[in-house]
Amino acid sequence: MIPLIIGITFISFIIIQLAPGSYLDQLKMNPQISKETIKKLEEAYGLDKPLLVQYFMWLVNALRFDLGYSFSYHVPVTQLIWERIGNTLFLSITSAVIAWFLAIPLGIWAALKPNSIIDKFIQLFSFTFMSIPNFFLAFLLLFVAVKTGAFPTGGAVSPDYEQMSFWEKLGDRLWHVSLPAFVLGISSLAGLVRLVRSTMIESLNSEYVLFARAKGLPEREVIFKHALKNALNPFITLLGFEIASLLSGAALIEIIVNWPGMGMLMLDAVLSQDLYLVMGGLYIGAIMLIIGNLIADILLAKLDPRVRQREIEGVLR
Amino acid sequence: MKDILKYIKKNKLAYVSLYLLGILYFLAIFADFFAPYPYDIQHRDTPYHPPTQIHFIDKEGKFHLRPFVYGYKLEDPVFKIYSIDYQRKYLIRFFSKGEKHYILGIIPTDIHLFGVEYPGKIFLLGADHLGRDIFSRLLYGARVSLSIGLVGVLLSFTIGAVVGGISGYFGGKIDNILMRISEIIMSFPGFYLMLALRAVFPITLSSVQVYFLIIVILSFIGWAGLARIIRGMVLSIREQEFVLAAKSYGASSLRIILRHILPNTFSYLLIAATLSIPGYILGESALSLLGLGIQEPYASWGNMLSSARSISAISSYPWILAPGIAIFITILAFNLLGDALRDALDPKLRKML
Repeated sequence: MIPLIIGITFISFIIIQLAPGSYLDQLKMNPQISKETIKKLEEAYGLDKPLLVQYFMWLVNALRFDLGYSFSYHVPVTQLIWERIGNTLFLSITSAVIAWFLAIPLGIWAALKPNSIIDKFIQLFSFTFMSIPNFFLAFLLLFVAVKTGAFPTGGAVSPDYEQMSFWEKLGDRLWHVSLPAFVLGISSLAGLVRLVRSTMIESLNSEYVLFARAKGLPEREVIFKHALKNALNPFITLLGFEIASLLSGAALIEIIVNWPGMGMLMLDAVLSQDLYLVMGGLYIGAIMLIIGNLIADILLAKLDPRVRQREIEGVLR
Repeated sequence: MKDILKYIKKNKLAYVSLYLLGILYFLAIFADFFAPYPYDIQHRDTPYHPPTQIHFIDKEGKFHLRPFVYGYKLEDPVFKIYSIDYQRKYLIRFFSKGEKHYILGIIPTDIHLFGVEYPGKIFLLGADHLGRDIFSRLLYGARVSLSIGLVGVLLSFTIGAVVGGISGYFGGKIDNILMRISEIIMSFPGFYLMLALRAVFPITLSSVQVYFLIIVILSFIGWAGLARIIRGMVLSIREQEFVLAAKSYGASSLRIILRHILPNTFSYLLIAATLSIPGYILGESALSLLGLGIQEPYASWGNMLSSARSISAISSYPWILAPGIAIFITILAFNLLGDALRDALDPKLRKML
């Protein structure tokens, strides 16, 4: 895990250094800024040292979550990311909740009656929305939103947000998140439903389900306790990926619907070569991935005794 | 291969998709013939012209065998509101003369599939902010968007298969190093990595350079996942007897990997390739949408959609969303085809993808 973080950050460092010019080059073009000031800035940001030294300076600080200063905003990167991360997490968690809470019951429903009308309908739905690019779906919904005025078309809160009571604030936030969350939710729902359906069908056709039925267990118990529980494993792994993509998965949609989250911040940072901001974003993204994988591994071991067994054997060997 | 085609023929949806994709690629290759206008011709007097309606019956209710269009009059130059001018009637001409172009880049001709009498204009899907015909640009843009999928997949699958093959065949240290590298690439937040890689190169590249740059960027991100799966497959294939046989007559490692092991993963590669083409088309669109991809005046489905980023433009001129529908249809076709291929070639793979 640690080598992974070092690898990711090192490669991103190299990539950004490869980019022609740097943020200071833009300042050098400005005749009002003297050479001495630029020199001072270079020293302050450690840009006059060799590349490897720069990288290690950054890494040592990053382990303490001190991600350096942003060139263009002149505030600590941690603070910038902290301001935006809440919005991004709010959006991606809402959409993930929509997707997972609909996908599992719908997938089970489709799997229980394969090739019935309901199943066909769910399949059609998932195929359609799997193929609609989510930025296009966002455009379509923005079009509807402008025409009907039912949804806000940008921002995370209304202008008079500060004057609202707690419940109004909550409602306002939910109202603003609804459009992008729907777009993201429905796209990932489409893929998830197909996966739930196929794993459930496989599980329902297996011998342990046949046995459970033969034992005379009520159908409810067969489905939820035997079939579903055994079909869960791939989804735990997926859940790990889901956590990993909480920060970056929504980036494009955020940019399109003007959601004040990490996406816009990172796009600007990359375009203006704001070195430490980009590094910070990638670093936190990588940490999210590792946390996601860790949670998935723990959940897998908790739910599946076979995984536990394997782990114990691995330790003993 | 014959078996695959036979199976696809049986699966109606996949058959239709295959045909549809064939038509799309055909239209893209002969875009200059099918498009009534070149991609960069601007009709500055008709910005945001709505889609031209094609009529058979005129205002007096008289039927004409030859379809025709009415002229449009710009009523409000600020909000670009047009009205139909029933006084001006222009016949649609098939195989009409238009701008000079080269079919397949060699055969010079000035014949277009259809056009309209001068000074009439025909915008089947409307016009954009510079008065360029969206339908024509859609056809030209298809060249970029459709080919990036194919070329990108070809490149990343070559890298992925070779790296996966080497990694799985040799094992040990090489395997370890290669797999750690692919792990690192897979752990990057994909979208950010795409942006960062794009930023390495100057924004102002020529469109041909950008085209190849996008392919390289997308392949750089895309090969890792494939390499891991191929490695897993090679691990089991290399234990089989025909590999031992090849080794025993002294075939070189490279030959064994390329000629004996990788062909066994072909059916998986074919399925995975079909199903990952949409990802490349989307990647190109996303970059171009943000203004980092194919640059004006060249058309790609992504950069055509970038004008839709202004909310007022979407609400007043919804026809600028047409490229989105084209992307949707293409991706749907690839998904349906890939799905059918998967069922045909290996029902066991269903879980792996």
